[in-house]
Amino acid sequence: MIEVIDLKKAFGSNNVLNGITETINEGEIVAVIGPSGSGKSTFLRCLNCLEDPTSGSIIFEGKDLADMKVDINLSRRHIGMVFQQFNLFNNKTVLQNICMAPVYIANSDLRKVKRTNRKNKFLNLFRKKKVEMLEITAEKKQIKLEAEANAMRLLKRIGLEDKANAYPSTLSGGQKQRIAIIRALAMNPKVMLFDEPTSALDPEMVGEVLDLIKAVAEDGMTMVIVTHEMGFAREVANRVFFMDEGIILEQGTPDEVFNHPINQRLKDFLSKVI
Amino acid sequence: MGVKWQVFYDKFITKEAWRTVVDGLWATIEIAVLGLIIGIIIGTVIAMIKMIPKYKTAPKVFSAICDVYVGFFRGTPIISQLLIGYYVLMPALGLNINNVTVAIIVFGMNSGAYISEIMRSGMQSVDPGQLEAARALGLGYWVSMLKVVIPQGIKNILPTLGNEFIALIKETSVVSMIAVVDLTKAFRQIGDSSYEYIIPYTILAAVYLVIVFIISRGIKLLERRLAKVDRSH
Ligand SMILES: Nc1ncnc2c1ncn2[C@@H]1O[C@H](COP(=O)(O)OP(=O)(O)OP(=O)(O)O)[C@@H](O)[C@H]1O
Ligand SMILES: [Mg+2]
Repeated sequence: MIEVIDLKKAFGSNNVLNGITETINEGEIVAVIGPSGSGKSTFLRCLNCLEDPTSGSIIFEGKDLADMKVDINLSRRHIGMVFQQFNLFNNKTVLQNICMAPVYIANSDLRKVKRTNRKNKFLNLFRKKKVEMLEITAEKKQIKLEAEANAMRLLKRIGLEDKANAYPSTLSGGQKQRIAIIRALAMNPKVMLFDEPTSALDPEMVGEVLDLIKAVAEDGMTMVIVTHEMGFAREVANRVFFMDEGIILEQGTPDEVFNHPINQRLKDFLSKVI
Repeated sequence: MGVKWQVFYDKFITKEAWRTVVDGLWATIEIAVLGLIIGIIIGTVIAMIKMIPKYKTAPKVFSAICDVYVGFFRGTPIISQLLIGYYVLMPALGLNINNVTVAIIVFGMNSGAYISEIMRSGMQSVDPGQLEAARALGLGYWVSMLKVVIPQGIKNILPTLGNEFIALIKETSVVSMIAVVDLTKAFRQIGDSSYEYIIPYTILAAVYLVIVFIISRGIKLLERRLAKVDRSH
């Protein structure tokens, strides 16, 4: 699903990622753990190029995202991301938060199809072999209605359909994060990235968010989760990466990493956090 | 005083100078409002160009052009910009535009330079996570800015923008340099033709005060409305 090849990232003279090569397979749930400042967030943010890699490749759907010529916006449609600080759009209602990107993207695709059709209709006048018109599956109005229906379905799933017209500032942290997760889901992503999704939450709200992530995982979503919740990593992940000083120092199944760590630094880390 | 009032009354009502005053008021408002709108558009575009991460899409050239633009309009007096626009550029380009339009364009371009700085600080006051979240959903830089960052940024700078508008209203009083009859010019004509200045100039100042007061109230109301949007429901 995502193939990372010799990924390096430096901020100025600070080498944060020092050559990471890993493949994240379809359906896999990868937990990334490691001490603070080891480069976990940077690694995750390189996967969808929120940080541009200094060198190396990120192969997703046959394209190298690190290549500046690749249209990163097209790839990002299929890579959902959930942030520690939720980052719901403050100027939009919950429903607008969820619908904005799908609606905008569908509309801009629709405009592109129509433009192509107009061009071909004209050029067909001069062509011997006529070019077929592209099919238009939904008009503007319908796009919006479908997106809203989908958003309401997702809201119902998390029991927040009555918050559809509320603004983010009126919600609790747990509600915000769950909405941020379904906002990402509304794009039908092929993979989802989570950067410490529960670290900014009050303890009593951690559970509801973890439960939702678990439910999404059970639906077969491919996921990369940076987390400090070792219990959660152990329970949900198929594979655990231990990062230290910009490399993946050790990786394996949760059983291997948590119960039979090999590297001394991993052992030290685990003894501190568990 | 009685005599002076009589002189003013003759001029204002009997000789219908009020018509010029109304036209002048209209010119002042037209120049300030349209200038502000043009200024906001130009300022927003400049601010967005200046905020594109440099190493990537944005050719540094655009950014440099913006610097020259802002430098010129902030570094020269508005009067000289008006004079150059009307007496130098227009004939040179062979254009035939009326002087009010020239004033609107010059004031728009001028306030664009100032607003670009205001706008930039407004956008910088928006949490970078907002832009990141929009980009992570696959939206492009410009769409993300327009739909998410700018609406929040504008809210933060509304008071400053209001001040810019007020400054603009007052600054438009120099447009008589290119023969526009604005509010100030209209009252000056009354004074000049009757040799009686006290009353027309006092009223002139009062009219500006009233306009500025109305704008300030309007901005306050708008701020309160927008603040409510976040909290209601
Ligand atoms: N935008 C940035 N500019 C400069 N340096 C950065 C930037 N982002 C991260 N760094 C640096 O990169 C290093 C790794 O940061 P990163 O956020 O990836 O660590 P982390 O493993 O996620 O830590 P934490 O557990 O605290 O979130 C840190 O030293 C940090 O200062
Ligand atoms: Mg981090």
